[in-house]
Amino acid sequence: MATTARSRPRPRGGLDPERADIYRDWLRQMLLIRRFEEKAGEAYSLGKIGGFCHLYIGQEAVAVGSLAALGPDDYITCSYREHGHALARGISARTVMAELFGKAAGGSKGKGGSMHLFDASLGFLGGHGIVGGHIPLATGMAFAAKYRDTEQVAVCYFGEAAVNNGAFHEALNMAALWKLPAIYLCENNRYGMGTALERASAIYDISERASSYDMANEVVDGQDVLIMHAAMERAVERARTGKLPTLLEVRTYRFMGHSMSDPIHGHYRTKEEVEGQRKRDPIAVWSQRLIAEGLMDEAGVKALDKRVGDEVNDAYQFADEAPDPEAEELYRDVYATPRAEPDADAGVTIPDHR
Amino acid sequence: MAVVTYRDALNQALREEMQRDPDVFLMGEEVGVYQGAYKVSRGLLDEFGPRRVVDTPITELGFAGVGVGAAMVGLRPVVEFMTWNFALLAIDQLVNSAAKMRYMSGGQVGVPAVFRGPGGAALQLAAQHSQAFESYYAHIPGLTVVMPATPADAKGLLKSAIRDDNPIVFIEGEMLYNTKGEVPEGEHVVPLGQADVKRSGGDVTVICHSKTVALALKAAEQLAGEGVEAEVVDLRTIRPLDTETILNSVARTHRCVVAEDGWPFAGVGAQVADTIQREVFDELDAPVLRVTGADVPMPYNKHLERAAKVDAGKIVAAVNEVLYRDRDE
Repeated sequence: MATTARSRPRPRGGLDPERADIYRDWLRQMLLIRRFEEKAGEAYSLGKIGGFCHLYIGQEAVAVGSLAALGPDDYITCSYREHGHALARGISARTVMAELFGKAAGGSKGKGGSMHLFDASLGFLGGHGIVGGHIPLATGMAFAAKYRDTEQVAVCYFGEAAVNNGAFHEALNMAALWKLPAIYLCENNRYGMGTALERASAIYDISERASSYDMANEVVDGQDVLIMHAAMERAVERARTGKLPTLLEVRTYRFMGHSMSDPIHGHYRTKEEVEGQRKRDPIAVWSQRLIAEGLMDEAGVKALDKRVGDEVNDAYQFADEAPDPEAEELYRDVYATPRAEPDADAGVTIPDHR
Repeated sequence: MAVVTYRDALNQALREEMQRDPDVFLMGEEVGVYQGAYKVSRGLLDEFGPRRVVDTPITELGFAGVGVGAAMVGLRPVVEFMTWNFALLAIDQLVNSAAKMRYMSGGQVGVPAVFRGPGGAALQLAAQHSQAFESYYAHIPGLTVVMPATPADAKGLLKSAIRDDNPIVFIEGEMLYNTKGEVPEGEHVVPLGQADVKRSGGDVTVICHSKTVALALKAAEQLAGEGVEAEVVDLRTIRPLDTETILNSVARTHRCVVAEDGWPFAGVGAQVADTIQREVFDELDAPVLRVTGADVPMPYNKHLERAAKVDAGKIVAAVNEVLYRDRDE
């Protein structure tokens, strides 16, 4: 039988002082994501960011805690709510913000936007816009790791709404069948857009979905970065050395609306519910823990916040001033080898005789 | 030159490319133990083992996505769909993942994968198993659509497709697997994006691909007996379309018929006709006519099915029409 860890004891006792720098860096990353997303929301309302924009505020501990457990060669794919993951993986705030602004300096040269962040050099392979569509992709990356007999792990982040989707089940079945080093990290923020989990899923505990495929699974508190990290380390170990997949159901909460057009509360959730959830703000949870353990003080947290705030302001200014892509970019990157550009009048591709 | 079947020519291409490049692997339903639903992969499991010849569950969306993901990190998957009818379940992975990955990543991440399997009108398989989907995929920037009509082209084009760095939709003719033809010995590669004049003639151009090539050649044979010389242009690659070969031929013959298995609305022939009227309008002595499958789901009854499908007689009739030729004269 696969492992099911539904009530694994939380880490107890004091934090390891030797890891203080790492712990403080997790707080820095969470603060960076928070301030970045606030700035992105501001830029959106000013019309500097267009299209769809899905903020990660409230879920920061999930990306930060889990990505901290990965190695530099591992593969990461995400849904379209992926600004936080991109920053936590180490893509610069400037590069991410420039992509949101659609500028040439963005990671995808301004052609991907908020939903399609990539940095192949970091194994950060998208930002994908179709719910569940990237779950088979991550499975293919895990397949490649096994095919090449490497130690790599492929991680896939998706929301809880994706688990009712065929792609999820097809991918998990193959990952378990073929014993692939994949980690399926479901960020259960309770709502698929405006539809509550219990209105969309016949079972409440998403982790139980793994039992269909005899796959290891765990329910994780996603508002505590330390717990998130510990659970991810177990999953990474299972994948890297055990060559087995895991489904992590990470319980978290989105403090903002689904996208910029969705108010924080209203039709599908109450103000009281959101305010109740905000009491377990992952940044407050972690900063208070660090202070309580004597690894930081209030002034240190404030200084850190100021530092990331400056970094975000710099990213905003950089993105705002950065040039748009050249007009020629329109037809670049469609195919690997350059093909002749279409006839401007007709939109018909002229052949190239490769 | 050796005479081999279309099926075995494809098998040779797979075998040679898997021998050449350890990153090439084959996955799909029944490709291994069963030796392929159409026996294209016969013997490959024995030679390459289950690591590189991967039997999948019946889960097209899932394994197509696995192929795309593996290609995103540098492997070269050949993903077999038992038929392109079933690939509709995977079209999200082809259109939204494979075709767009390079563009939406700003050129960082390509998908060097081949998706292959049989397509086109078959024989009494009824509405869900007998249809042509090339225009679906040819519509999508980022995809390349390849449709060989002969064993030699099947081998040479599949080898090129596997070596190409773009996602390739490779549609084999379901009715062509048993057809035989000469295939050059040794290394035989046919470049993508090049049409082939399968028969020369000065009176009319018949543009075709896949199974309709044989029908067009049969029609040309009959027309030759009546003193009409038809030039048969096999597109071989639907996207990118080899407009140069098409236009050169039509500029000489001044008349054109386009034949395809698929439905008429927004079909491949519509694109070809658009290109011709725009580029060589003054050369035309008659409107471009299209011969397509009937605009209905494929019926099972063999008489109705015959009426629905393209055949040589329908191509001859269209040629006569563009020649303003009354056959009773």
